[in-house]
Amino acid sequence: MENQVLADINTIFIDRFKNEKSVLCEGSSELINSHREKAFEIFQKTGIPTKADERYRYITLDPVFRVDYKSYLRKRDILFNIDDVFHCDVPNLETHTILLVNGWYHDKENQLTSLPGGAVIGSFMAAAQKYPRLFEKYYGKYADPNTDGLTALNTAFAQDGIFLYVPKGVILDKSIQIINILLSDEDVMAQPRNLFILEENSQAQIVVCDHTLSSQRFLTNSVTEIAAGKNSLFDFYKIQNEHNGSVQLSSVFINQKKASNVVSGVITLHGGIIRNNIHVKLEEEYCENSTMGLYLSDKGQHVDNYTFIDHASPNCTSNELFKGVLDDYATGAFTGKILVRKDAQNTRAFQANNNILLTDDAKINTKPQLEIWADDVKCSHGATVGQLDDNALFYLRSRGINEKEARMLLMFGFTYEIMNKIKIEPLKIRISNLIEKRLRGELSRCNSCVMNCREC
Amino acid sequence: MEKEQDKIISEVTGGEYKYGFYTNVETEFIPKGLNEDTIRLISSKKGEPEFMLEFRLKAFEKWKTMKMPEWAQLNIPEIDFQNIIYYAAPKKQKELGSIDEIDPKLKATFDKLGIPLDEQKRLSGVAVDAVIDSVSVKTTFKDSLADKGIIFCSFSEAVHEHPDLIKKYMGSVVPVGDNYFAALNSAVFSDGSFVYIPKGVRCPMELSTYFRINAANTGQFERTLIVADEGAYVSYLEGCTAPQRDENQLHAAIVEIIAEKDADVKYSTVQNWYPGDKDGKGGIYNFVTKRGICRGDNSKISWTQVETGSAITWKYPSCILKGNNSVGEFYSVAVTNNHQQADTGTKMIHLGKNTKSTIVSKGISAGKSQNSYRGLVKVTKKAENSRNFSQCDSLLLGSNCGAHTFPYIQVDNKSSIVEHEATTSKIGEDQIFYCNQRGISTEDAIGLIVNGYAKEVLNQLPMEFAVEAQKLLQISLEGSVG
Repeated sequence: MENQVLADINTIFIDRFKNEKSVLCEGSSELINSHREKAFEIFQKTGIPTKADERYRYITLDPVFRVDYKSYLRKRDILFNIDDVFHCDVPNLETHTILLVNGWYHDKENQLTSLPGGAVIGSFMAAAQKYPRLFEKYYGKYADPNTDGLTALNTAFAQDGIFLYVPKGVILDKSIQIINILLSDEDVMAQPRNLFILEENSQAQIVVCDHTLSSQRFLTNSVTEIAAGKNSLFDFYKIQNEHNGSVQLSSVFINQKKASNVVSGVITLHGGIIRNNIHVKLEEEYCENSTMGLYLSDKGQHVDNYTFIDHASPNCTSNELFKGVLDDYATGAFTGKILVRKDAQNTRAFQANNNILLTDDAKINTKPQLEIWADDVKCSHGATVGQLDDNALFYLRSRGINEKEARMLLMFGFTYEIMNKIKIEPLKIRISNLIEKRLRGELSRCNSCVMNCREC
Repeated sequence: MEKEQDKIISEVTGGEYKYGFYTNVETEFIPKGLNEDTIRLISSKKGEPEFMLEFRLKAFEKWKTMKMPEWAQLNIPEIDFQNIIYYAAPKKQKELGSIDEIDPKLKATFDKLGIPLDEQKRLSGVAVDAVIDSVSVKTTFKDSLADKGIIFCSFSEAVHEHPDLIKKYMGSVVPVGDNYFAALNSAVFSDGSFVYIPKGVRCPMELSTYFRINAANTGQFERTLIVADEGAYVSYLEGCTAPQRDENQLHAAIVEIIAEKDADVKYSTVQNWYPGDKDGKGGIYNFVTKRGICRGDNSKISWTQVETGSAITWKYPSCILKGNNSVGEFYSVAVTNNHQQADTGTKMIHLGKNTKSTIVSKGISAGKSQNSYRGLVKVTKKAENSRNFSQCDSLLLGSNCGAHTFPYIQVDNKSSIVEHEATTSKIGEDQIFYCNQRGISTEDAIGLIVNGYAKEVLNQLPMEFAVEAQKLLQISLEGSVG
């Protein structure tokens, strides 16, 4: 049964690709179009991942795709001015803010913005036309469509998204904030494609905020490629805050060159079904990687994190920490795989996944994995599932703190470990506010969101 | 230093398998191949009642529809199931009356292996059921156990003498279609051991089965069934060896344990099948399904295993914790060397309230071997206040081996606590230095460290086995430097 449904869905995508190929290719550079065909062939073979794929064991994708989503293959004018209705402000944080609406770069006039030092940020589509050499060198090099059907599908349908280029030795003074908005009067599927390039000795920070601004159903299948050059420093934070009817499938591919340092964090505050795939390849020596995640879910939400850390070279360090609090009948899954290749001696790889279940109906599946082919390594993983500590609760209550407040304090303390790792101070404060609000069950979308689109 | 390390490692990997001899006893075979007729032939050779044949045929039907599992982190060469002899038995001269009537060659075999078949000369208080190839040759202390109402006999004997118990319990923990190898075993199994401990009886001695593959080209398919009735206690040991051969031999066994209310079963294995030579030629494929069910409240099942042999090990002794307050334990040391591959671990299924499980797994890989831990801890919604603690450590000796961990944790209620920890590392240079400094040679230091590392598990073994297991570890690993 499941197979039949998926087969039908796959056929829809296959037909759509064949029929609307000319529209798809319109405006995209030759290189991007040349990747489509190959990815499409792979998709025809693999299709949408099923539960038979060990990596997708705990998520059911067929009902997700069964909705009749519209895909905007051409950029669509938004009927009202987004700037009037939405500010995802983080106080005291000066950023270069850019807007992505339904997977399309929003600013019509300036498709590409020059930043100090020769850095460029802007539309993926426009950048592909303007910088064919950069794309030749980096595009599609890390996100292999063979990875899974979702990556293949995105590569086949990729049109627009965000492009960032930081040349050699340039340090961006301000963080970049990408506001990713889904807003429409019909159910929409978006497939944004991002490419971030950091050359030697460069430095950048990106904050991505995902929001839904209307109550329609949305499906995002995004792919982000990050190339961190030698000695580069890159921080990448993603804050997911969408309504219960949305589905976000996000795949991030990070490639690290010698002595680069990448921090990536995913904070899942809200969303219907969320799947984060994070693939990290430590390709050259002395890299450092820190991957973390925090998920707070309730109602029938499902948060599924999959990480794959590939230690391909010696002397690298990776640190992974995922924490979650699950309420109501929410379900969560964590799969973390660390692969230490044969010659990757002197590797340090650590991984931890801690979960708190607040009700008997909440469910967690966790699967930390180590695959080690070298001997001079220090690797560990740990996973725990439990509740708030009774002794700690008693301690607080005996000091006159009521039970609700005491629970809140403990949960907040539980999430603090992740928050503490966020390197951008104003963002840290902002996120901790959001988390507190979220834990208190208050509306957790950015405060200044005036759209009261759907009860969360 | 580097050279010396290489030398020591090669010495270790060159270590001889001391049970690799072959005993020339007259053996009866049936023709190679597997079909319905083979199964009917096995069943008729053993003179089995109708229900057994039905059980076998049902399993065979299931097996035909199944596929060889591919999910394990193992590289299993294709097995030609038609090229295996499914039944081999040492030819009996006549009915056995006393120990003197056992084929002296067979007796010599077991003497050589250090297994006491002679009740008079008993050194240790262990009752033994000796299984060679497909058939149980001798069970010791049967009579003195019978006084207490304990049934300890070969499986075929139990089929004839206690058909009710067999009918009731066989296949109740591992159903015929449970997995590919369980289905195969259910179709063609030849013999094994059966243990029944009646209500409130504490078995006065360790029970033991010793498995020996002797004949060439055969597969060994035995089946063990242990039933501990209310309040009973038994400690059961299993050991195995095989001759040294260039071709691979298949061993697919089933062990089922049933623990009723307040019963306590301890099952210990020292698995030392022939692991193949240092180029990976030959060795036993060990595909075993072991599972126990804590049926009643307050029951306990404990698995302890020391895995040193077999070319390929595929084995997951599991516990279904159905009764409230029941306890499951799994202690394992898995050593792989040369080209050995092991994918082993456990499943703890928490169904009852306040159930507890402990998993301690220690993997040691050397040479070009691959060693994986694969486990599942599942806490269902009704299993309130359940508790699990898992610890899986891997030790790597040498740069050509691999160590992998694949734990699965599924928790469906809020009152349970599950913890999992895993580490992978090599023996620290500082540890070796510390020993060297105190006049302990590098070789001895490694032995010391490995033994210390495995101590937590070895401590769980009954005395007789602990000594053997410690020696085994020493043989396979002493002096290897990571």
